[in-house]
Amino acid sequence: MTKKPKLHIPQPTARPGEEPDFSYLNLSEAGAVERPATDARAKSIEFLAESLVRVLDDDHVAQGPWKPDLDEDTLIEALRLMVLTRVYDDRMQRVQRQGKISFYMQALGEEAVSIGQGLAFGPEDMLFPAYRNQGLYIMRNTGLVDMMCQCLSNSRDMCKGRQMPIFYQNKENNLFTISGNLATQFPQAVGWAMGAAIKGDDHIAASWLGDGSTAEADFHYALTFASVYHAPVVLNVINNQWAISTFQGVAGGERRSFAARGLGLGIPGIRVDGNDLLAVYAVTRWAVERARSGGGPTLIELVTYRGGAHSTSDDPTRYRPRNEWAAFPLGDPVERLKQHLIKNGSWSEDRHAEMETELKTTVEAAWKEAVSYGTMTEPPFLDVRLAFEDVFEEMPEHLEKQRDKLLRIRGELP
Amino acid sequence: MSQMNMIQAIRSAHDIMLEKDPSVVAFGQDIGYFGGVFRCTDGLQQKYGEHRVIDAPIAEGGIVATAIGLGINGLRPVVEIQFADYIYPGFDQIVSELSRLRYRSAGDFFAPVTIRTPCGGGIRGGQTHSQSPEGIFTHLSGVKTVMVSNPYDAKGLLISAIESNDPVVFFEPKRIYNGPFDGDPDKPAVSWASHPKGEVPDDYYTVPLGKAEVVEEGEDLTIITYGTIVHVAQAAAKRAGVDAEIIDVRTLMPLDVDTIRDSVNKTGRAMVAHEATRFCGYGAELVATIQKECFWHLEAPISRITGWDTPYPHAFEWQYFPVQKRLADGIRKLMEVA
Ligand SMILES: Cc1ncc(C[n+]2csc(CCOP(=O)(O)OP(=O)(O)O)c2C)c(N)n1
Ligand SMILES: [Mg+2]
Repeated sequence: MTKKPKLHIPQPTARPGEEPDFSYLNLSEAGAVERPATDARAKSIEFLAESLVRVLDDDHVAQGPWKPDLDEDTLIEALRLMVLTRVYDDRMQRVQRQGKISFYMQALGEEAVSIGQGLAFGPEDMLFPAYRNQGLYIMRNTGLVDMMCQCLSNSRDMCKGRQMPIFYQNKENNLFTISGNLATQFPQAVGWAMGAAIKGDDHIAASWLGDGSTAEADFHYALTFASVYHAPVVLNVINNQWAISTFQGVAGGERRSFAARGLGLGIPGIRVDGNDLLAVYAVTRWAVERARSGGGPTLIELVTYRGGAHSTSDDPTRYRPRNEWAAFPLGDPVERLKQHLIKNGSWSEDRHAEMETELKTTVEAAWKEAVSYGTMTEPPFLDVRLAFEDVFEEMPEHLEKQRDKLLRIRGELP
Repeated sequence: MSQMNMIQAIRSAHDIMLEKDPSVVAFGQDIGYFGGVFRCTDGLQQKYGEHRVIDAPIAEGGIVATAIGLGINGLRPVVEIQFADYIYPGFDQIVSELSRLRYRSAGDFFAPVTIRTPCGGGIRGGQTHSQSPEGIFTHLSGVKTVMVSNPYDAKGLLISAIESNDPVVFFEPKRIYNGPFDGDPDKPAVSWASHPKGEVPDDYYTVPLGKAEVVEEGEDLTIITYGTIVHVAQAAAKRAGVDAEIIDVRTLMPLDVDTIRDSVNKTGRAMVAHEATRFCGYGAELVATIQKECFWHLEAPISRITGWDTPYPHAFEWQYFPVQKRLADGIRKLMEVA
């Protein structure tokens, strides 16, 4: 019999009602992967794209050459920021259920990505986050009230009612505005980094997108331009195994790792345990140092798991096993850092519980304040004139006319 | 006959065509196992297999381009772009390739691709889940463009689109997937159950491409519209107490000029309405057509009611959307012209 071409349709290892199976993940032991110098030749470090950098072992002990130099206070602060992200998400998810905001997306299970990576950049480095990077906004002092007001589209909304919930921005602290269109920010970050190099300063850029989004052409533009111009940029793929209902194989994750996508262009790729804050920080720090010292771009793949639904419009029990997260071999990032700190003697269950209670109170107080600036159904509302501003720097005549027409319809102009 | 909402009607059109024609394949993000984020292909992968109802990577440019390849190889792809707001990465393939294949190859090559996509606002989707980009597609030479307003037409027109050897961009206003919307956001949502166009034949039938429909006969003025605004116009005319003739354009390209001409020549007054932005919007073409065809019968300047020339703002959804009151005011004004 002769062989014939056959269309391959990628299949996840488990669907609802089946046993979760992560045998495809290809894990390395904590501490097992070598740490090359930050100026190593890309060709000589291709192994980093297929192995998995891990620092915390199963007993929560930090192992090996990637073990970062982070002091106890910093680690406790990282834990606090991760828990804060989770508490914030939980609150916002619930207010969406109550109809107070129109939409929400949690970062449940992925908190170490934003917090661990965020710690590795300088404050002047420009970050181009994706929609599940709320942790970056939280850690760069965006202010919970401001973030909530954005979700509420109320009178204090930072984007003046123009965006759906969660599409934050923070220009002052070098966080770009989030786009609803996947992957668009990836090549923009490369452009920003090229700009920094043209201007001759040592600030670098970074951007994030999901496993599913790597299929977009923008992802590949980013790699090409970063490679061609040797741009000082850190490009990050958050591989949380799912893109709404399609598993990472539909984006091409079955053949090789996402970290390996840049190898053909000479861009080093590092695959890292995305639920191990120490490893996430260490790998990112490596890429930051490399970029800042003229070594060019790095592509990092953060292996993690989307613990919650895609968004409040989604029901994941229709397409994946209910208990899949519980079976994920890299565990829960909050729990892992917590246990590590307890093991080190710098933390305890009691202190953790106390901190959780405190953060819940903080978030609750922020919510009370945020709704005092209005909700979608209760005043104060944003001025409707704002709908016509910022289309251009100066409002052209046709928009002035349209604005006045709306005001007349509303009886606010004679 | 069955009671169907627009989602079920669209699913039924897929089902019938997948059954009838082995060259039909459905292709798009999350449409396979999951059945689509709006559930328009629910159950079809289970029924027809993974080689006919195919989950695609998140790459609209890749989806359209490979659909063209499938099409020139004799298949009949029905593509879903998850939101019209995300069709732009596929735009180059539609403009430069899909719409011109037949022309540039003197008829030797063509790709019978149908591109379905949910459009329009009214679901608090903000600027990236609310757009109505039909006008950029009607501006092309070589793709047919459809926007449906009810389950009956959605099924019949989708079957026509799939059977058409010309490419079709097929817009589905998501606000009316589950029920008609009369443009009053304060009223509770209604289902298709009480609407005559929610009665849909279970079997194969077609609604022809290129034919508008007079959905309401009247003598005083003609409202030419499509999509969600068809229902808003019907309610607005009632609210204004005016005997309006309402035309659902349905196929925007090619345009059924005859139906529009006959109606406006009869009533002498015309209003054009759509949700999309105004400047160079599809309404401008309608106004120019009416001006040319009906000038000597017009008793008032042609009125145009549209979304504003801004992105779709999340907080100001109902100030942006051409709501019932705005249309009713416009109708009254149009009738005041002596
Ligand atoms: C250009 C574009 N196409 C489609 C969508 C709809 N969409 C929103 S999120 C999403 C899945 C993205 O998955 P992934 O990149 O893995 O990120 P995750 O949600 O897992 O964080 C899709 C298809 C979009 N927002 N933009
Ligand atoms: Mg993902």
